Amino acid sequence: MTILSSVLAWFADPVHWSGPEGVPARVLEHVYYGALALLVGALLAVPVGLLVGHTGRGGFLVVGLANWLRSLPDLGLLILLVLLVGIGLVPVVAALVVLAVPPLLAGAYAGVRNTDRAVVDAARGMGMREHEVLLRVELPNALPLLFGGLRSAVLQVVATTSVAAYVGFGGLGRFLIDGFRAQADPIAKYTEMTAGVLLIAALALLLEAVLAGVQRAVVSPGLRAPGRGARSPADMVLRDDPPCPLTETKPETAGVNP
Amino acid sequence: MVWDWIPRNRELILGLLAEHLVLSLLPVLAGLVLAVPLGWLANRSPAARAVLIPTAGVLYTIPSLVLFVVLPGILGTQILDPVNVVVALTVYTVALLVRSVADALAAVPSMVVAAATAMGFRPARRFVAVEFPLAVPVLIAGLRVAAVSNISLVSVGALIGVGGLGFLFTDGYQKDFPTEIITGIVLSMLIALLTDALLLTLGRVLTPWHRLAGSRG
Amino acid sequence: MIEFREVTKRFPDGTVAVDALSLDVEAGRITVFVGPSGCGKTTSLRMINRMVEPTAGTILVGGRDVMDGDPAQLRRGIGYVIQQAGLFPHRTVLDNVACVPLLLGWSRKRARARAGELMELVGLVPETAGRYPAQLPGGQQQRVGVARALAADPPVLLMDEPFSAVDPVVRQSLQDELLRLQSELDKTIVFVTHDIDEALKLGDRIAVFRVGGVLAQYDRPGVLLARPADDFVDGFVGRDRGYRGLGFLSADGLPLGELRTMTVGESVPERGWTLVVDADRRPLGWVDGGRNGASATAVRADGLVPGGSLYDTGADSLRGALDAALSSPSGLGVAVDGTGAVVGSVSADDVLTRLAAARADGAAA
Repeated sequence: MTILSSVLAWFADPVHWSGPEGVPARVLEHVYYGALALLVGALLAVPVGLLVGHTGRGGFLVVGLANWLRSLPDLGLLILLVLLVGIGLVPVVAALVVLAVPPLLAGAYAGVRNTDRAVVDAARGMGMREHEVLLRVELPNALPLLFGGLRSAVLQVVATTSVAAYVGFGGLGRFLIDGFRAQADPIAKYTEMTAGVLLIAALALLLEAVLAGVQRAVVSPGLRAPGRGARSPADMVLRDDPPCPLTETKPETAGVNP
Repeated sequence: MVWDWIPRNRELILGLLAEHLVLSLLPVLAGLVLAVPLGWLANRSPAARAVLIPTAGVLYTIPSLVLFVVLPGILGTQILDPVNVVVALTVYTVALLVRSVADALAAVPSMVVAAATAMGFRPARRFVAVEFPLAVPVLIAGLRVAAVSNISLVSVGALIGVGGLGFLFTDGYQKDFPTEIITGIVLSMLIALLTDALLLTLGRVLTPWHRLAGSRG
Repeated sequence: MIEFREVTKRFPDGTVAVDALSLDVEAGRITVFVGPSGCGKTTSLRMINRMVEPTAGTILVGGRDVMDGDPAQLRRGIGYVIQQAGLFPHRTVLDNVACVPLLLGWSRKRARARAGELMELVGLVPETAGRYPAQLPGGQQQRVGVARALAADPPVLLMDEPFSAVDPVVRQSLQDELLRLQSELDKTIVFVTHDIDEALKLGDRIAVFRVGGVLAQYDRPGVLLARPADDFVDGFVGRDRGYRGLGFLSADGLPLGELRTMTVGESVPERGWTLVVDADRRPLGWVDGGRNGASATAVRADGLVPGGSLYDTGADSLRGALDAALSSPSGLGVAVDGTGAVVGSVSADDVLTRLAAARADGAAA
């Protein structure tokens, strides 16, 4: 149990809590890169997903694009971008955007497609214009799945931001990489790495809990009624993984599959 | 691109490719074998569900790099041991599939299950003959997600020295050699998309009734 | 009010859903489009508010071509109720009902006040206002759907199989409720159904469609039952149409016969059926004097033969009169007034005589 006690000692050491290499600074860096990537990713993916879902055209493109992006190895992409344009915020954020787009795209698209067609028909029939149908009816109904996509994107971005440390960037990955590379003594090495991964895991769990809370506040209670999502408070920590609903709605994009 | 680098390093690349496939797909197989009984349990017993589903959710939330680093401490393995990567990815696959299986089984129409019971199927036989086949489409969807993300995640293992094609990324970075990195990216994507297509085809072959319903509608 | 002029709808795949349809929908009445699936009844309805656009021909609502101007504006002036209600799951019942007024630019306060009135009108208790649609049973959801369609007080109401997804008992009460509402509101209602009984119950006029979008017959329900235009309509209207047709013939002028009555405690008569009534002359049941051979004993309330249906002379049609006669153990139907007091008897023979007279009138007209 030497590791456990030395990890605790690491966290107790005030040296690790101040300055540009301290925990607070690293957390802020980590959150900053991730938030930037999520913002850019959401601005790109959500409008496209909503529009494609609304019109019903190009669904197979969305599914295909999401699949392609998902299959990109993030570490390779990040390293390639850094080699091509040099180390900086742009390649790091760009690599993370590629990661954030598929779940957001899939969540927005599947959310709109899963809105009951009778509800959309009624909205149009009562005299809503197309943008009103999208913004007042389809978007609120898409929120549960959209949030599922967002939570999934946040998790993956938080996890992968750690990799930025490998190419000499900041964030919580630093403790991990520095520990792996710099510490000669195996105990010291493993201690710093463990401290780093514990911080990353804690950040992921915290953000997940915050997002689950936001989702409860934002999504209409009417969409939480029996048979729709969140069965128990425990489910809040679960990501409603959008790929599954997406593949389920696939047959609807008729004629796409040979 | 330095094209002739590729044939010159055929042995290395093929070796890494094989390692990558084992590291990513072995966990899918192991995860499937573990997740089906767990999902079945979660669907049958509310108590089991209350434990299994949130646990799966928390496990899924933990970044892969974290597991790669922490598992040696738990398993008593060396940090460079490939077992760490296989176990970590198996954990993800199980976490993802348990819920898929439970939801898929819950979605089997209760009338179909009742009809099978009324015909005299015992529970075990009924699960194999009726419930499981009907759950296949959702299960395949879960497997596709697990396989594709595993293939992408394995390369992260290169940071701790075990990462299949991920070696081409770290090695290429140290040598400042984009060709090597691009080769790794393309191969990784290729096996991800091929595996995805294979699973999709498998799903169709296993559920011919879905195709029929689709072409009629 | 609503006029179809040679309206045709051909879908891109070539199928003709509606074929040269011409008909006038009367203002302030319920017009029912009925027919088997694939007959174009729903497409015809949806062309009225331009949810489907006609390939050829013209549809006029209140004299204006629906194809002129903005479809959203047109739809805000036409109520629309569909089968699964199509309620917005993310909004409360009250906000669902307030939806069209808000689209029309009413203030939130005024729209909600109006929504509250509408909920009361369709028989929803105020406690439902804050609930979400998924928390209501199907029948209640349909009431919300009707309230939502009526919220902006549109002169025209389109109803596309609104009651077909609820169970028969609830459906019947929703139908009765619609008739009650219509007697207060006098809307121009176009109602689509595949159920001929629903059509006959609700429709002031009924348009029967055949597959391929061709209008087979457009008439009042009584005429549809008495004189179907062809074999298709005859088959569609179904069995017992002669009997059901009686439901659309007035019982005015049907002669009432004598009826022997007595009260509990009197002696059972020597022979024949006698109706036992209470102090207000409401029927309790029958005694058969000859059969139980218990003449001279007193009539006991628990020893009566149950009676059949009652014929309300103020409200019932010939169908009610005939059923009273056929279901009575004595063969004599019991006729009552609005208070339920016995006023006389009615016989099947008299009903048939009256029917013959009505036929003769109809032939002469």
